[in-house]
Amino acid sequence: MEFWIIQSLNALSFAMLLFLLCAGLSLIFGLMNILNLAHGSCYLIGAYVALSVITWSDSFFLGLLSGSAAAGAVGFVLQRFLLQRIYGRRLLQVLLTFGCMFIIGDVAIIIWGADPTTLDKPEFLTGAVNLKGMIFPKYRLFVIVVGITIGIALWLFQEKTKWGAILRAGVDDEQMTRAVGINVPLLFTIVFILGTALTGLSGVLGGPFVGVYPGVDLEVLLLAVVVIIVGGLGSMKGAFFGSLIVAFLDNFGKALFPELAMFTIFAPMAIILALKPTGLWGRVL
Amino acid sequence: MSNKTKTLIFLLVLLGVLCVLPLILSTYYLGVVTSALILGILAMSANLLLGFLGLASVGQAAFFGVASYAVAIYTRSAEGAAWSALGIGLLAALGAGLLFGPLAIRTRDIFFLVIMLAFCQILYGITYSWRSVTGGDDGLPGLARPDLIPGVSLDNALSYYAFVVVVFLLVTAGFRLFVNSPFGLVLKGIRDSESRMRALGYNVWLYKYIAFTVSALLGGVSGILHAYYYGCPNPADFSLIHSSSALLMVILGGPGTLFGPLAGSLIIVFVREFVSSITDRWLIVLGLAYVCTVLFFPNGLMGTIASMGKRSSKDRLQTKESLSEPSKQESSADLVSADRSK
Repeated sequence: MEFWIIQSLNALSFAMLLFLLCAGLSLIFGLMNILNLAHGSCYLIGAYVALSVITWSDSFFLGLLSGSAAAGAVGFVLQRFLLQRIYGRRLLQVLLTFGCMFIIGDVAIIIWGADPTTLDKPEFLTGAVNLKGMIFPKYRLFVIVVGITIGIALWLFQEKTKWGAILRAGVDDEQMTRAVGINVPLLFTIVFILGTALTGLSGVLGGPFVGVYPGVDLEVLLLAVVVIIVGGLGSMKGAFFGSLIVAFLDNFGKALFPELAMFTIFAPMAIILALKPTGLWGRVL
Repeated sequence: MSNKTKTLIFLLVLLGVLCVLPLILSTYYLGVVTSALILGILAMSANLLLGFLGLASVGQAAFFGVASYAVAIYTRSAEGAAWSALGIGLLAALGAGLLFGPLAIRTRDIFFLVIMLAFCQILYGITYSWRSVTGGDDGLPGLARPDLIPGVSLDNALSYYAFVVVVFLLVTAGFRLFVNSPFGLVLKGIRDSESRMRALGYNVWLYKYIAFTVSALLGGVSGILHAYYYGCPNPADFSLIHSSSALLMVILGGPGTLFGPLAGSLIIVFVREFVSSITDRWLIVLGLAYVCTVLFFPNGLMGTIASMGKRSSKDRLQTKESLSEPSKQESSADLVSADRSK
């Protein structure tokens, strides 16, 4: 019993991390029809910038802020100066974001070196809590809480605020949204920044247990891609439940059948592809 | 002059140039050209999907890597079986194509791309962690080039170059025959309007599946040549850099053309050799090459030169348009048919 609870909590914390990672990707795709393959780079930048800021200021929360801000800034440059020029041309967007991924990855090696590192946890989140004899790291509980909070906040934002209504209108019918006088290019930029900043946040949060190293950008991109295939592109619901499914399968797969680690993610992806190619909650293109 | 004779002349000129090159180039540059020809075949396999089906794949390295590992693993277990090793490599690529095909071609557009990316990364993960068979991140060093004909060793740069040239020209001629056959014309039809071809009674799925498998086979040819060239298949064979470079080469050279991918491959490989002789940070330059291609030559170098020369190339531009922008009409037509089927 204890094994199941601990592993479930582990999976849940991983799921929340995945959700933060994929929410931005899905949000951007839903609104702009852009698959940002430099998404992993935003994770990388978030984690590395936070690493520097935490070493300099000794404050994890300053790290959280600056990591998200840095990733958002990368997103701003990417969207405003590059992607906007080739709006609507899918293939070119793919190549462009790939190119940016290579550039950012290599620049990060120049600045932060090639050695794998992990971020320091904040003082009050180190150690473990004792839940009726079960030991569980405080930091992972913290990630669960943050993930759920942001998930609820995003949902409230989308469903209950005026900006959320504008966003939904943009997703449903971009031309009509323009026609009623909404500044859609501005909306695009804001959502792109928001999406990439969220990813940066996931980079900082994931830093203490996933770590940062050259190549992590591609690894998290792959995870995000699997979540998207399972959950479907372009919907928050898909990102949320997709993350839960992938994290639980991955976690229990690794715990129960360690030698099949790669297949525990791959198998469900293949099954869902065979049954429903647009993902469980995906939009039909 | 018909198109056919034009291609034939071009092929002969290419053969002539490739024959003269060993006389004027140093061994080092001959190696660079060999490498460009090998990656040119990989670009051709991506071109088959992009130029003739409108599917952008960033997973061609999957077939490339599978074939190179199959050759190395087989050679290690069976000594001196040169021709059968080549056959095993091709079979492995074919098998991967047949296996992934049904899943991949169910999807279109961005999903296809994402799925190919996932396949490739999974194979990377397997080769990386399955140490006993694949050697993990060390790869499988020590793959010796075989004697294809007794007495003629492929061991020196010149003979291997000649071998690669022969394979390249055969593949190019085969590619040309394939895409100009009735089969290839149906593929173009599917690219331009899938629903129309379906309405005309073509088994679109089967055509796509076969084209996908042929593309896998081409990727395998490239992978085998690559494996023998460097003698050490390793997980980097599956790297995204290979896959996405193949795509970049196609875009640079012009999708749907016969010699475009080779042109793209020559450019990228020469830039790579030049830059990596100056600095370790060659990925930055590669990334910049992507960004510049997209911003300044979105229709490929050939397309840009053509439009600068103000030749009327309406035909080609139309193809480009349908490639880079999934036509709205098409998808709405599909939506309608999906609605009706409910």
